[in-house]
Amino acid sequence: MTRDDVAAVLIDELGRIAPETDASRLDPTAELRDELDIDSMDFLNLVTALSERLKIDIPETDYPKLATFGHAVDYLVQRLGVAARPVTSSQQPEPNHRGLPSLGRKSS
Amino acid sequence: MPSLGADMEAGTLVEWLKRPGDRVKRGDIVAVVETQKGAIEVDIFEEGVIERWLVEPGTTVPVGTPLALIAGTQPAPAAEVSEVAAVPAAPTPMAPSSVEPPPAAGRARVSPAARRLAAERGVSLDRLTGSGPGGAIVSADIERAAAGGGPRPTVPKRLDLAEMRRAIAAAMARSKREIPHYYLNTTVDLTRSLAWIEAANATRPPAQRLLLAALLLKAVALALGEAPEFNGFFTAEGFQPGAGIHLGTAIAIRGGGLVAPAIRDADKLSLDDLMAQLRDLVARARSGALRSSELSDPTITVTNLGERSVETVFGVIYPPQVALVGFGMPVERPWVDSGEVVARRVLTATLAADHRASDGHRGALFLADINHRLQSPETL
Repeated sequence: MTRDDVAAVLIDELGRIAPETDASRLDPTAELRDELDIDSMDFLNLVTALSERLKIDIPETDYPKLATFGHAVDYLVQRLGVAARPVTSSQQPEPNHRGLPSLGRKSS
Repeated sequence: MPSLGADMEAGTLVEWLKRPGDRVKRGDIVAVVETQKGAIEVDIFEEGVIERWLVEPGTTVPVGTPLALIAGTQPAPAAEVSEVAAVPAAPTPMAPSSVEPPPAAGRARVSPAARRLAAERGVSLDRLTGSGPGGAIVSADIERAAAGGGPRPTVPKRLDLAEMRRAIAAAMARSKREIPHYYLNTTVDLTRSLAWIEAANATRPPAQRLLLAALLLKAVALALGEAPEFNGFFTAEGFQPGAGIHLGTAIAIRGGGLVAPAIRDADKLSLDDLMAQLRDLVARARSGALRSSELSDPTITVTNLGERSVETVFGVIYPPQVALVGFGMPVERPWVDSGEVVARRVLTATLAADHRASDGHRGALFLADINHRLQSPETL
């Protein structure tokens, strides 16, 4: 999955939450919560949708990393990179990575 | 036609979802009505067989009008006529009929299924002509529009926000005219509740995570068990306690407006069940697919401003309810704990209550009890 694919998934899911806005024209550095007027329930729904669609875990402690569109794409790409590595033996869905605190800083 | 609040006088039947001869049971969705709060699914409270319809789709009828004849398990026709209409509505004492403008004619009527489909396909409802009964937009119209191509979503028109604004205006004007409000507030240290949620969520996938809102609602529901004078309705006969603790949960609609559908028997729900219901309710409120009983049931309203707002909300009671509990934005503030000043996340909880039904002393105990319960989140 390329960075563009990840961005497309994010745009699609943001569009579901805030249908009246054009998520593809978001300022990538602006706070999503302010740009799209999303509340904590919307945000939880976004995280739920992303984690199910991309088959990655998004721990609550990582929520701040999803604050802007640009950071969110960076973060998701990183998580997917991390997720891709252990899946060598079987097509297992990504297990929980809690307990590994500094997964994916600025490595990818 | 069920009453979906003190401010509703009439509704338009959009479609029947069952047919004469169909057997129905409590909780079944039998019809869709268009109201100021959007298209609402009418659920039924009785068991029986639908004998015939009394109202045709497209017809606007006053609240209380029997919609269908249902043959119940005990055959007593007269009593059954109004089963559909007799959703135990919130009492509507002294309903000032002059306050509310008549429902605007000619709005698009849309079945909930069609609404959902429209949202999925990105079809704008504004430009569609309905082929259903009374000009209602049905799923087939959406399919046709979607097949016709056209550019991607303009905003789907899910709710008539102008109508909703009028309904809110009528209810709030009545509240301020009739209800002698008193207000109390207290500051809640959230440290324990937030730590508890964080620990709980650490081991859960996102779909099962809790929000602070679930704890706040549960604390209110449990505290109401000890403070029944805040849970119910004020009618011509005075205060009538609610039959259960049904929390009207204020949900903001994107683009403006709000609804406060009920989470029924919230005091008896586990936090997980309460959270699941809250999630479902928010999703349906925003897509315009609430059920009639959810709007007529609330015995109190809880409003939660959330994280991007301000510290304090001074509630306006939704008549004929007698209280509203408000929660402001959690903020970090200096706090004194064991003689030391420490930084703490705190939240302002407020109570707006009807002085005809209770006094400030009882209100203070109620609000303090909510605070107290939030200090022991494991007991919620």
